[in-house]
Amino acid sequence: MCSDCGCGTDEITIDGRLHAHAVPEASRRLRVEVDLLAKNNAYAARNRTRFAEQGVLALNLMSSPGSGKTSLLARSIADLKNQYPITVIEGDQQTARDAERIRATGVAAVQINTGKGCHLDAHMVGHALDDLPLSAGSVLFIENVGNLVCPAAFDLGEAHKVVILSVTEGEDKPLKYPDMFHAADLMLLNKIDLLPYLQFDVEQCIAYARQVNPRLEVIQLSATQGAGLAQWYQWLAQRIVHASHSVEA
Amino acid sequence: MHEVSLCRGLLSLIEEHAAAQGVARVKSVVLEVGALAGVELEALRFAFDVVMKDTLADGAALEINTVPGQAQCGGCGQTVAIERRFDPCPLCGGQLLDIVAGDELRLYELEVV
Repeated sequence: MCSDCGCGTDEITIDGRLHAHAVPEASRRLRVEVDLLAKNNAYAARNRTRFAEQGVLALNLMSSPGSGKTSLLARSIADLKNQYPITVIEGDQQTARDAERIRATGVAAVQINTGKGCHLDAHMVGHALDDLPLSAGSVLFIENVGNLVCPAAFDLGEAHKVVILSVTEGEDKPLKYPDMFHAADLMLLNKIDLLPYLQFDVEQCIAYARQVNPRLEVIQLSATQGAGLAQWYQWLAQRIVHASHSVEA
Repeated sequence: MHEVSLCRGLLSLIEEHAAAQGVARVKSVVLEVGALAGVELEALRFAFDVVMKDTLADGAALEINTVPGQAQCGGCGQTVAIERRFDPCPLCGGQLLDIVAGDELRLYELEVV
């Protein structure tokens, strides 16, 4: 008997033919075992190779919106552009305002608009690289979309992830967004010139950050007033030299 | 975090494998998600249904195998269970933990027709 409709299969004919019965589709299982981020990671590896071959130090700068990333970048460029070739990739959901602000400092910048996307990925960055004059001994700042969550998971091929936290945010941000602080190599604690007006416990903040990531380096600075910038520039200088030497080796 | 973009990446992986294997339709998708992968499972399920709509995986069942967090302690050398990324070692209180399991985010298997 037909299990679909209950007819005795030989009994009922339509125009002299047995009526069609659906054959249950045979399903099969495919073992895939691929990382969901595998594609991004493959693009990131390609970017990383490109940076190594060209002797470029690439840094992925991440923070929440309003931490002063772009101001810090503009100030750093103004102070360093006569020492190193600098290029910038700006990531924002909308507008080219940040890239325009960076270009006004006299260095090449490409704006990536992610639309609804909450982070840059390695594929976008790979395309942006085609429009930038990369050279040995140069530094590429990649300013990620302002977001302390998603960008942490997406490798762009950078040498280091740098997280910027400003003292106008809560000191417990590292505990609230542990993935980001865990992924970073360096934390820049910005706007320290405002500390006298705030209830922000610097030591506690650093302790929280190191709880998430014991290897995290921390530099306290003020992008507008200049405190701590020398230490940040020294951190950069060491790594720029290292990146440019790797190409000669 | 970013569950929608994860699902978009998942869809492109599914489409790639489907094209290579002559698959017409995906009936179920099995993922491995670690407890430390930073993925909100409810958001992932929601995003999955939305992203798979009108694709070869429209209406596919999503099966999630969770992987508990495990780390090797740099202090005492033991392998220990952890629930969050910044948990200290439950044995010695050390903070230098290297995660050995629990950050997986993998497409494990597809059931296809």
